[in-house]
Amino acid sequence: MKRFFVTLLLVCFLGMPALALHALAQDAPSVAGGAVREGAAPSAPAAQAPLKADTGDTAWLIVATALVMLMTPGLAFFYGGMVGRKNVLGILMQCFTILCLISVQWVLYGYSLSFAPGKGFWGSLEWAGLKGVGFAPYADYAATIPHQLFMVFQMMFAIITPALIIGAFAERMKFSAFVVFMVLWATFVYDPVCHWVWGVGGWLKELGALDFAGGTVVHINAGIAALMTAIFIGKRKGAAGKAILPHNLPFTILGTALLWFGWFGFNAGSSLGANDIAVNAFIVTNTAAAAAGLTWALIDWIFNKKPTMLGMATGAVAGLVAITPAAGFVSALSAIAIGVLVSVLCYFVVAYIKPKLGYDDALDVFGVHCVGGIWGAVATGLFASKAVNPAGADGLFFGNPKQLLVQVIAVAATAAYSFAASFIIYKAIDLVMKVRVKEKDEIVGLDLTQHHENAYTVLE
Amino acid sequence: MKLIIAIIQPDRLESVKQELYKQEVYLITVNEVLGHGRQMGVTEVYRGVKEMGNLLRKIRLEIAVNEDFAEKTISAIIKGAQTGETGDGKIFVLDLAECVRIRTEERGGVAIG
Repeated sequence: MKRFFVTLLLVCFLGMPALALHALAQDAPSVAGGAVREGAAPSAPAAQAPLKADTGDTAWLIVATALVMLMTPGLAFFYGGMVGRKNVLGILMQCFTILCLISVQWVLYGYSLSFAPGKGFWGSLEWAGLKGVGFAPYADYAATIPHQLFMVFQMMFAIITPALIIGAFAERMKFSAFVVFMVLWATFVYDPVCHWVWGVGGWLKELGALDFAGGTVVHINAGIAALMTAIFIGKRKGAAGKAILPHNLPFTILGTALLWFGWFGFNAGSSLGANDIAVNAFIVTNTAAAAAGLTWALIDWIFNKKPTMLGMATGAVAGLVAITPAAGFVSALSAIAIGVLVSVLCYFVVAYIKPKLGYDDALDVFGVHCVGGIWGAVATGLFASKAVNPAGADGLFFGNPKQLLVQVIAVAATAAYSFAASFIIYKAIDLVMKVRVKEKDEIVGLDLTQHHENAYTVLE
Repeated sequence: MKLIIAIIQPDRLESVKQELYKQEVYLITVNEVLGHGRQMGVTEVYRGVKEMGNLLRKIRLEIAVNEDFAEKTISAIIKGAQTGETGDGKIFVLDLAECVRIRTEERGGVAIG
């Protein structure tokens, strides 16, 4: 009976704001909806012509949004294959929980905090519950697609970012603590940082920082939070002095393939239109991933005698991370340089720095996403060229050293804020409910202890 | 010659192996098995349907040794696997009638080591 009341309370907690916001939002979308309907009917021309969405751009962005959504399940398999088989459902569950949780959070208030016009630090609650977010394009973000489409495209980014952190505390975080951590992290870390870089009035945007598809907002932000959780949650039991073997590498490769596929939506979609920039982003994304995958395999071959599948997959993901902030501003040849160097850097951090420092970043979120993201952001400052994107800027190699400085400021500010804010959230939760599972539960595995399920049967 | 069969917790395998190496026992066969003694397993739930008393994963070791290694092997397994909790497992010791090394066709004590 007690449980029933707790459930009821939870439903009220989530449902009430939704209902309240719904009542508030009643007017706005109907106005916007009416405008679009008028625009679509040739017999009734609209009185004051609102911005009209371009059908080609809209079609591409709908597809791109769906592609980015697929990255989170892809990530689930990428990570799920690398953990022990007693913890694979735990990983899948965490990724899917974020998919569901942030989808709701974004509609209720996440989008508003991130993108509603506001101060330098945060957006406002003006667009809470999507009040005023209609079908007519919002020119400050995307002049040729419906505002709601821009909102849902951004939602997929807000989902994958916290999901990236999962790899750091894999195999040892309590599920209840995980849920609370993710809600708070999305609200107090992702939403502000997203606003800084992409929101109208965001201070890094004002500064001129270039982040095409989310190197700072997504990868550095998540990577630093991952490092923080890995340090403070402690090592996995059994991680001392030996590797914990991946239980299903084909899952990891499947995940890598889905991530690569989805990344076309992530990067080429970030042009917010079906145009030359999207084509360029598509090509450099593929090129950088390929160059980085080859490089990592080659490094494996030289240092460990054989090229490995996991190495090539890791390299490809590192390449995708690194090209993310640069995708709209660099050429295919620069993409090769970015891809080759990211594998060298990430390999060095994962294989040498991590064992030296002794933190247990279980699936190398920091080593791949943060290091790759930082390199990508810096590389944007080096390789960006107005010949590729007139709306961008020239980097150091094209005669503009100032851009490099701006990029470094953006990286440093994001990293510092993300580390500090994530730390406060983590410690607060640890005080109230203990973040780590009991030792016995860790031994038995998260699948059975956190979810009362088993991924694989031994008999039948 | 003895055949020693031990059922242990999966997470103790690593420490049991280390203890065996210390006693210079290197030749072991490992199986994953299911079973339960007094623990009676864990309850699982699938779409609201409860599965009670499911079997738990265990590790089964088989080690064939000469007489003078038997006690050392047994104490190494105990040292590596004992936590004092229910479910630590069991060791069975059997007399072994014969042992043949396939490569050389050697028999008996020489074939074991």
